[in-house]
Order: sequence, then structure tokens, then C-alpha cells
Amino acid sequence: MKVPLSWLREYVDLPAVTAQEVADRLTAAGLKLEAIHSHGHEIKNIVVGRVLEIEELTGFKKPIRHCRVEVGEATPREIVCGATNFSEGAVVPVALPGAVLPGGFEIGSRKTYGRLSDGMICSEAELGVAESSPGILLLPQDTPIGADVVELLGLRDDVLELEVATDRGYALSIRGVAREAATAFGVPFRDPAAIETPDGDGESWPASIGDPTACDRFVLRSATGFDPAAESPLWMRVRLARAGMRSVSLAVDVTNYVMLELGQPLHAFDRSRLSGPIVVRRARPGETLETLDHVVRTLHQEDILITDDSGPISMAGTMGGLHTEISETSTDIVIEAAHFSATGIARESRRHNLVSEASKRFERGVDRELPLAASWRAVRLLAELGGAVADPGVTHAQVDVAPVRITIPAGHPDRVAGVTYGRETVIRRLEQVGCVVTEGAAASPQSGGPSGGQGVAATGVLASGDLAGKLTVQGEDLITVTPPSWRPDLTDPNDLAEEVIRLEGYDRIPSVLPPAPAGGGLTEEQRQRRRVGRALAHAGYVEVLAYPFMGPRDLDNLLLPEQDPRRRTTRLVNPLSEDEPYMRTTLLPGLLKTLVRNVGRGFADVALFESGLVYRPAPDAPATAPILPVDHRPSEEDLAAIESALPRQPFRVAVVLAGEFHRSGWWGEGRQATWADAVEAARTVARAAGVELAVRADRHEPWHPGRCAALTVPDPETGEQVLAGHAGELHPRVIEAYGLPPRTCAMELELSLLRPAGPVQTPPVSAYPVATQDVALTVPAATPVAEVAAALREGAGGLLESIRLFDVYTGPQVGEGNKSLAYTLRFRAPDRTLTAEETTAARDAAVALAAERTGAHLRGA
Amino acid sequence: MSNTYDPVEVTPLHADEVARAQADALAAVAAARDLDDLKQARLAHAGDRSPIALANREIGALPPAARAEAGKRIGAARKAIGEALAARQAELEAERDARVLIEETVDVTLPWDHAPRGARHPLTTLQERIADAFVAMGYEVAEGPELEGEWFNFDALNIAPDHPARSDHDTFFVESVDSGKVLRTQTSPVQIRALLSRPLPVYVVSPGKTFRTDELDATHTPVFHQVEGLAVDKGLTMAHLKGTLDRFAEVMFGAGITTRFRPHYFPFTEPSAELDLRCFVCRGSSAVPGNPPCRTCKSEGWIEWGGCGMVNPRVLIACGADPAVYSGFAFGMGVERTLMFRHNAEDMRDMVEGDVRFTLPFGMEV
Repeated sequence: MKVPLSWLREYVDLPAVTAQEVADRLTAAGLKLEAIHSHGHEIKNIVVGRVLEIEELTGFKKPIRHCRVEVGEATPREIVCGATNFSEGAVVPVALPGAVLPGGFEIGSRKTYGRLSDGMICSEAELGVAESSPGILLLPQDTPIGADVVELLGLRDDVLELEVATDRGYALSIRGVAREAATAFGVPFRDPAAIETPDGDGESWPASIGDPTACDRFVLRSATGFDPAAESPLWMRVRLARAGMRSVSLAVDVTNYVMLELGQPLHAFDRSRLSGPIVVRRARPGETLETLDHVVRTLHQEDILITDDSGPISMAGTMGGLHTEISETSTDIVIEAAHFSATGIARESRRHNLVSEASKRFERGVDRELPLAASWRAVRLLAELGGAVADPGVTHAQVDVAPVRITIPAGHPDRVAGVTYGRETVIRRLEQVGCVVTEGAAASPQSGGPSGGQGVAATGVLASGDLAGKLTVQGEDLITVTPPSWRPDLTDPNDLAEEVIRLEGYDRIPSVLPPAPAGGGLTEEQRQRRRVGRALAHAGYVEVLAYPFMGPRDLDNLLLPEQDPRRRTTRLVNPLSEDEPYMRTTLLPGLLKTLVRNVGRGFADVALFESGLVYRPAPDAPATAPILPVDHRPSEEDLAAIESALPRQPFRVAVVLAGEFHRSGWWGEGRQATWADAVEAARTVARAAGVELAVRADRHEPWHPGRCAALTVPDPETGEQVLAGHAGELHPRVIEAYGLPPRTCAMELELSLLRPAGPVQTPPVSAYPVATQDVALTVPAATPVAEVAAALREGAGGLLESIRLFDVYTGPQVGEGNKSLAYTLRFRAPDRTLTAEETTAARDAAVALAAERTGAHLRGA
Repeated sequence: MSNTYDPVEVTPLHADEVARAQADALAAVAAARDLDDLKQARLAHAGDRSPIALANREIGALPPAARAEAGKRIGAARKAIGEALAARQAELEAERDARVLIEETVDVTLPWDHAPRGARHPLTTLQERIADAFVAMGYEVAEGPELEGEWFNFDALNIAPDHPARSDHDTFFVESVDSGKVLRTQTSPVQIRALLSRPLPVYVVSPGKTFRTDELDATHTPVFHQVEGLAVDKGLTMAHLKGTLDRFAEVMFGAGITTRFRPHYFPFTEPSAELDLRCFVCRGSSAVPGNPPCRTCKSEGWIEWGGCGMVNPRVLIACGADPAVYSGFAFGMGVERTLMFRHNAEDMRDMVEGDVRFTLPFGMEV
């Protein structure tokens, strides 16, 4: 909302303070300053002059006039002017030598077209009140000569641009802001809506409300004999421009001006285009309306319409119809001022993607008591400025609405704020807001008696039934508060508390730390996630937070087979990009694209990780999650119905890496990232998670079929190995599809599955000497090392302290199709020094089991 | 002294013999040119088979009357030799160190960056730091799904279907606009989950990912992070809210940070406020006309940090908590914005693009 200070000062006696100070007070009251726009502070030395004599100069390419202009000095000024829209006797603004125009443009005395020009006759554009202007600004004949034009036209002004919260429709008006400013400065407020309206006879045009849920007040007034050629006066155009609205025509400008001043949206109809009685109703199937913007709109049956015998003539509170629009020939005008359903207009505006100044106000709440006054103000202006006759008659259709009453203990605001305001202050502040406060409880705590309905849906949703009861604040010293008609947002006890606290100043609230509750700290899962992130970062991976979206191309790029569950995705209705309409089912696409971006920026050696949710819809999940009531706690069943419609969202961690993992340097050759680094990243994660990871060969997209490890972890309850992810080198076709560096590797693990069995059990630490035995085993080349090691470990029994593979050899000495694995086995007993016999027996047992399980035999044996 | 003992047996104990052995020893020590020489000298003159050690062994053969004197003489000699050895040892070691360790000098400024360097994303570690600040105040960290039920994200938070506040959210809809499923537009649905799943009183903080259909630019990103706080207990007031957020601001930005509550509207809190921080670049001076402008606060003197307020009793009712018994406060901040203020990050695009140059300097914690 843009508020010219000059306009504000008409209705509130602000002290002599700067615009910034006014803005600070309004900000503290909840109307936040966005910007101050200053106008005309640099303009000076422009006065009103009368053209005494015009001499047309000839011999130039365009008409040039040499004028003598009286400016209230002893002698007239001589001024050369290129405009021709004025004659002798015209009253015009004159910039004298030394004058400064908007933008800092200085006027001097100079010789031009062979004559002295001792100043400049100004146009609206030159005075900064219009974008462009065809000629000189002509002032009324009775304007005092020599008067200061800046003062006269109000060119010097500051405009406060305020942010208005969505529940405070009343502040989208000079009236509403003036009321807040008056309260903030403790000065009187003159209500611009306090207008005497005539008790005219008869209707201005027949009208009725066909749907009381759409509209609960509908007022029409008319002005006849309007001069369609009448122009909007300069002061009105200046104000509209400063408030951010374009001047269209006098009739339209008047409706906008009154809307800005009072907050009541108005619509002007050409009376000659109306046919038959007007009815406010919802749309019927198949109805259409061509709106002001020349768009033929198909109406939805919930749309609220103004209709006559011809059908729809206007979309209520949103946009008028083209046919009944005020035109260059309209002389008889019907002004509509109504109170429509806030939610109805909100839906209508959203449905048709039509946001107008009117719809913005209606959905935020318009004063239900404004239509009579606002419409009268509008027809009066049409009469004053456009020569029309204001018809004293009025059409007033309405639905009875009971006032909202809220009963609270007078101490309620104190208890909400933690401040002692006291009863007097609470009542005074509520009255400043416009509330009527009475002692004691109302008959019904929330809304009025049975005589009236609730009216149309408002910004503030009135509670009813159980909810109203639950919201009621019990206590001593009850007061009953009737909020003013312009505050439909005030429905609950806490709304009233906020008004008191806000007006007393949020800065009055003390800063008090509540006593610390007995918290349990982070959960095991939360600690685990932090450990995993740190471990990967320490291992050399840089964390990224990619957008969790992906597209059908990613599924193909990853070579996922038709039946792969990762193809079962959740689709967004309005994705950022049609290329990526799915929620990710794997972390890899985001990571791979980020890797490509880094490589593209000159970083060939990249190791990245991400952890976060993936979205895995169940094949049999319900399509919709129910919207539950809000007046009580939902049942566990209802809540479960929501949960079952949501996809499973497990927490995953993944890495991608390419280029050198260990860098080359003066120390020698580095090492390229390999499948083994990817598997080791999984082990790093598992160690940080406190879980033992098992690795076996697998084939799984998008990995290289010969370089892909399945990663399994034990289920803490059953002890069975559960598949938790994969690691290895990516398939060459995946690498090609994403444009990745050759041999790019990746790992992805579902961290939610990595659950430690319990606290770590302390191992025995024996001080007896270690006994070491090396064994070299020959096995078929395809035998997984993990199986050999597992057999050795199991066969060696409890005396085995550790086992380490120190060499893998293939070559002529072990024969074609074989490999040799050299292990160091370390034995130790908790209670004695082992004898050579014991150690050897354990080693032999280890080898024997390895032989049985994997066909291994001792090398050289 | 007696003549009845064998004179040969006691020769080593004669004063001049002892003196000679000592002199020999001292000479050998002095003559040792390196630690090996000294080792030899120690063996020869202070070892088990050295004259002085042999003489020491003879003491027992002396008549008792003579033992004390001989013992004293031998002891003095051994002490002198020992001291000489130690002194020379120290000398020679110092010489060796001065020589050898210099020879082993390397260029310690050589780089050794062969191992890859990693880092955590500052938005992650900032969320952890924020969580820790509240855990220290007794809060627990609550979580919820990112693809959320519409009821949790809007209705239960008193954001009515047609209230303009709901259209302000620029929601990502899932599957269809009326599926009842959305990408959560805020972390506030975790408030509802916490109230439904935890016994009262509840003190939780909830950092996490949130989604709105904004275009990515320097100050907006459609996928962003918020941190939500919720306290519901008996007797909580706005003063407690202020105290909590003042403490939080201090933990995040250091002592001396100034905060301001400004009235605002959120459907799920009533009364509601925006929380502003005094601009830490210009300290508010840019708001005074005539002073130089400030880019950080756009010369407003204050920076919007987050929203807060007293939990709307309607929210409590939707979760089955009785507003006649319990009151609460809630607050929410943008993590990206917090990172911008705290670390002078100027462009949100850097936070989402994953360029390693952005993330590496943040290391393990922010």
C-alpha cells in the first residue's frame, strides 16, 4: 500500500515529524515500511503566471512563441515556448531563472531563437506529475498569480510504501492507515467514511441478492448527466499516481480514488447498458463473460457474478464486464459498492488468475458498513468534478448479520504477553481499535444471538460449536468485546490480546528465558547422521545439497530396468522444470549432475557426497491423503490414513567420485579414484554408523556389472543380512549418458537401515604376547576374498585376534586361473602365553575351513 | 692397617693406584672424540671389569678398620669418573645433534596435500549448530517428512483453504492439486507432528528442507531450509518467546546483537511477530537520512530474520491440547538467510550449485 503523507495528514493531525518517523511508528504497529518515495523535494522557484501576450516567431522548423508572462513581479518575464496549447490570458506554471525541476534540472536565463528566454512555461511531465504530456499545464483562471506551484499542486510529498499483512484488509486504505497513525501518535483521527448520506427516495436501479453466501450487502447509486469529456483534476491524478495507480478517465479515477481512500472497491456501470434488475448470484453452467481486458471467460459455477436480464455483467470483486463498462460516451453512471464473501472472491481470483486491487481487498476483508458511504462519496465526486447530478436514491440489498462478540477476562492480554497492562489499558486500547467493550459476559461467547447469521465468509473464520467453546477463555473480570466492522479478522480471544500488546508496543515485552525443560539431547539416529557426514568429509568428500528432483531421462540414463522400484516415482503437478517432474528415488542423479558441473568448472578430481531423503511411493498407496477436521485431535486411524498416502521417505547417503582420489605431486604419482574407494566410502559410513558392513559381488544398475558391490548390514533384531546399498564403478553407458569422466564411481546406502545392535561391548585387552602366523593360500581366481577371509576367521576360532591380507598374487607360480592370497594371522589368549602348538593348531584349523569352503590350499603344500 | 693381609690382594686399593685409575679414566673420557669412543671409555674405565670396579670388589677383603677409608677413596673416584662421563656424554651428544640433525634438515614448507580434502555443507552444519543451541536450552530435535500431508502443512496450522495466506505459499502440489499431499512449504507441520506424538510439555526445534515454487536467484531458492521451534507448556508468555529468541540470536551472532519484534500475521500464531535483527554491518546507521547507504539491510537498519508468535489456540485444539491449560510459542527462521548474515554469503545460488570452492572453506563446522 502506497500512502502519500499529504493524503494521510488530511485525516490525522500528525505532528511535524519526518516521513521516517511516521514510518517507524507504523512499522511498530505492524504496518511495515518497505520504502519511502520522496517527490518534489528538489523542486523550487516555480510560480503561477498569466500569459499576457504571445508573439508567434516564424522561420523555424516548428512553431515557436515568444510570450510575456506576468508572474507577480514588478515587470512581466519574457519567455520562449515551443508549446501551442495555450492562448493569451492562460494561467500556467512558470519556472523562473534559478528554478529546479524534478531530477535536478536547473532553469536559467538564456538566449534562444534569437530572443531572451527568462524562464520556462512547464508541462505536467516537466513538473514530474505525469509520464508525458502533450502541452503546457493549464491552471484554473482563478489561481493566484505568483503563488508557489509546489505548494499549490502538492508536488512535494513523501509516499510511504507499507507491507500489509494478509489479515489486515482495512490497512489497504488511507482510512485504515490514518487510524493506525492517529493511535500511534495519540492524536485525533477524522474518519473519511463518516459521511452524511441522504435519505433519498427510491432505488437507483433494481437489484437483489440471489445468494446470501456470496454477498451480504449490495448498494447501487447513480449519477446522471455526467460529462464524459470531463477530465480528472490534477490533484486527483497526482494522488493516484503517487499511490501507484494509473489515471484512466474521471469516472474510473473516482472509483479508484474512493477505494484508495476508504478501502471500498467500487464498480461503475454505464446505466444505458444495463437491462433489467441486477441479481448477485453464482454462475450457471456454461455462462461466459467478456471482461474489461477483452478476454472471454468461461465461468465456474462457484464464481460470484453481477447479472442482469442479459446474463453476467461483472465478475464480483474481480473484474467488470466489457459490455457495461464506462465508455467515452457514458453520461449516466451506476456505482456498485458491495460486501462479498472473502473466500468466494479469493477462489474466483485464483481460478481465473485475476488479481485486482478490488480482489486483493475483498479477500483480505472489507468493512461491511462502508458501501452506503463510499458509494455516496463516489457519486458526489462525479457530480463535483464531472457535472453530474447525484441521485439521492439508493438501492440497498442486504442480509442481516449479527455482530461478533468475544468475551475475555480483562487480564487475558496480560497473560499472553507476560506484562501487566491492567484493565484500563486493555479497554482503552481495544476502544482505539474501534471495538465496543462492555462489562461482563455476552449471552453467547463467540457470535451473536440467533437473530442474525454469520454473513458471508470473512478473512477471520468464526468459530462455531465445539471449537468456539474450546477457544473461550475462562476467568475473572470478564469483558465483552464487539470488534468494529472493518476488523473481520478479530474473532478469537488471542486476536484481541494481540491488538492490546501491539498498540502498547512489542518493545514493552520483557525478555525472559523460560526454565529449561529436561531434554534428552539428540537421538541415536541424529547423532549417527552427524557422524556419517563428518566421517565422509574427513575421508575427502565434499557435501552437496542438490535439489531432490529428477526426470524420466535420469531413469533412462541410469539404465534402470522397467520393473526397477526406483522407477516408481512421485510426480509434481507444478515442477520447476518439465524435465524434472519427479521426486528423487535415488540420490545419484543430483550428485552426478553436480559432479559434471564441477568438472565443467575445471575441477577434474572431485569427490562429493549427499545425504537426505528419497521418496519411495508404495505401489498400493491411496491416491489421496484426507483433509481432517481441525476442531479436535484426529483419531489415530485418521492420522494413519494420511501416513499411508505419503511415500516412504528413507534417509540415504551417497558418494560420487572421479579423477584422482589421491593427488599426484612432488612426492610422485597419485591414484585414480576406483571402485574400491566407493566401497571403502560405504565402510567409512558403516563404521561411523556403528555397523559392520558385508560386501559381495552384484549386478545392479547403474553400476558396471563386473565392478559392483552389494552392501549388506545385519538386521539388529534377526541378525540376518539386509541389502542396504551398492557401490562400485558406474556402467560405461551411464558415464556416457551423463557426460561423466571415465571410470566415475559411486556408492549409495540407505542409512535408515544401518542400525547398531546396541552399545559397543568392551573387548578383552590381553597383555599376553601375540603369536603371528603367515599363510599363503591358492584359490581359484574368481573366489571372493571376503569368503576366504570369513572362512579363515571362523576356522581360527577364539584365539584369533586379527587377520590381514597383505598380498594378492597371480602369475605362473600359482598356475593359470588361480590367485594366491597371503594373510597374516595374529593369535593371542586372554589368560596365558600361547604355545607354538596351540598357534599352529589354530592356523591349521583356519586353513582347513578355508579349504573346505573355498577350495583353498596352502601354497607349496 | 694391618700387615697380616696379602699385600698383592690390596694393591688396587692403594691411594696412588686409585688415583692412577681415576686419572687414566678421566684422560680416556677427555680423549673420546665421539659417542662410540666414549662408550668404549665407559666400558674400560667404569664397566664391570674396569680397574676401579675391580678395586671396589676388593674392599671386602680389607680388615674392617681399613674398609671405610678405602671405600671413601673408591667412591670419590667413581663419582669423579661418572661425572666426567656424563659431562662428556652431554657434550658429544650436543655436538652430534648439531651436526646430524642439521644434515637431516628438510623443507617443511613443501605441500603434502595428496589426500583428498572434504567438507560438510554449511547449511547442514549451520542447522546442527542451531539445533545444538536449542538442545542446550533443553529442547529436542523433531523431524517430519518433506512430502507432507496437506492437513499437516496447512489445515492443522489454521491456514484455511481460501485464506490468502495459503496462496502466498506458492506450493508444490504432488500428483494432483487435491491429492492432500504437498511438498511442505515450511517446517511448521513438524509442530503438529510433535504435538500429536509427544506428551506435553513439548519443547522441540526442527531444522529441515522446505519447498516453494520461487525462481532461483541471488536471494531465493525453491528448495530451502528452515528451522522451526515450538514450546508448549503451562504459563508460557510472549516474554518467554522473546527471551528464548534473544538467547538464540546471541548464540548465533554473538553478544550485543539487538533484536526487535514487529507485529505481523501468521495463521498459526496469535499474537504474531516478525523478528528483526539490528543490521550488523551498519548497526542501523544507514537508516538515518544523510548517512551512507547499507547493502546488507537496504538502509532499513534492520534485517528480517524470522517469524514467531504465541501458538494459536486453534492449532493446540487441532492437536488435542487444551488451550485453557497450555500455551506456547513458535518461531521459524530461514537457514539460508542466517548463513548469508552470519558468513557474508551473498548469493543463494552458490548454496545450491554444489561448487566445491564454495563448500570447502566451511570445513566441518560453521
